[in-house]
Amino acid sequence: MSLDVFVKQVEEEIEDLEPGTLTADKDYREIEQWSSMYALILIAMIDTEYDVTISGEDLKNCITLRDLYTTVLRKK
Amino acid sequence: MSSFSISNVKISGIAACVPKQKESNHDYDWITENERNLLIKTTGIEERRIAEKGVVTSDLCYTASEKLISELDWDKSDIGILIFISQSRDYFLPATSIILQDKLGLKQSTMAFDISLGCSGYVYGLSVISSLMQTTQTKKALLMVGDVSSTSLNKRDKSTYPLFGDAGTVTALELNSNKIEMSFDLHSDGSGYEAIIIPDGGMRNPIKNDSYTDIEIDKGVWRCPRNLSLNGLDVFTFSITKIHPHIIKLLDNSSKSVDGIDYFVFHQANKLILNTIRKKLKIEEEKVPLSLQKYGNTSSASIPLTIVTELNKEASSKKLSLLLCGFGVGLSWGSVILELDNICCPKIIEV
Repeated sequence: MSLDVFVKQVEEEIEDLEPGTLTADKDYREIEQWSSMYALILIAMIDTEYDVTISGEDLKNCITLRDLYTTVLRKK
Repeated sequence: MSSFSISNVKISGIAACVPKQKESNHDYDWITENERNLLIKTTGIEERRIAEKGVVTSDLCYTASEKLISELDWDKSDIGILIFISQSRDYFLPATSIILQDKLGLKQSTMAFDISLGCSGYVYGLSVISSLMQTTQTKKALLMVGDVSSTSLNKRDKSTYPLFGDAGTVTALELNSNKIEMSFDLHSDGSGYEAIIIPDGGMRNPIKNDSYTDIEIDKGVWRCPRNLSLNGLDVFTFSITKIHPHIIKLLDNSSKSVDGIDYFVFHQANKLILNTIRKKLKIEEEKVPLSLQKYGNTSSASIPLTIVTELNKEASSKKLSLLLCGFGVGLSWGSVILELDNICCPKIIEV
């Protein structure tokens, strides 16, 4: 498990995204492709890959993927 | 006690009726093409059936019932219980089931009543009707389940409008001397009551001036307090947290394994939820039939509708071991393990 791998995993979930568009410290909701549907897709990906269930509230409290990754580690 | 078994009651037939009118999510122009494609890919829902103005749930259930009674060649005077489960009843009062008793020409000694449940309604309904049949030794009974959800939706709400479709179903049950069993596990969590709700129009919030005034809740989400509101994230988290341990518990209690079940028929919430639950339980994709691509989320009708549209050939020609699982509004969830043995399962009816 690493933050880099996590960022790549999130990138893979988002359609038509050039690799490298997302970084650990960027607000991931700011990318052009972002849609509220991706919140569900991220929760599902994290659940399947990390066996951790992120709540809607957790997502709201996370601005960057670093925040989200830290939350995943904390809940693991 | 939420886990129990009922024996000596079998399902003899299942029928489903949907409106002819189709609405495709490919034509849903409230959102952009990219959003639309992502929505269809994620939810799996391509089209839905929408009832014409004036057509209500009980009309769909009635048509399905007449067809099934005739295919089964049942004498209507043998039917002793009618239960109607819906969140879109005909009137505030009286109960819709009583109107259906008369409309179907069932005898006056029929016990008829409604139950107000959604996504979990079919499984709850099977538990109530089979318990009653066993206690009262009623030989034949009808369980009608469905919803016309479309009238509660706002086209400008992308979080609900493209998800729901209308359908009505009926399940015919008979007392049976064979020792067949239905094993149930039922749950409720009212702390999540706001996750799926129509806030106004009941006793708690009677209709007021702004009950029909649309408000922008979020980007692409406009609705009024008389519309159905769905907190997708909360429902998603609930579904992927509560359902798999509940199914594992039911399988354990029944000394069954995933391999011992032919099909897992889930409430057709959306594809992402069902796939996530399926992977957690390590169930093969072929064992989880889906009707949502063609009919959307049809509330309490989704389990019997999926049996009719996806399994009707097998259900009417051999013995199937099924696990049926309903979950959602309430929050409420429940599952049952049962057998279908050469049941009467006519093709879907369109009106």
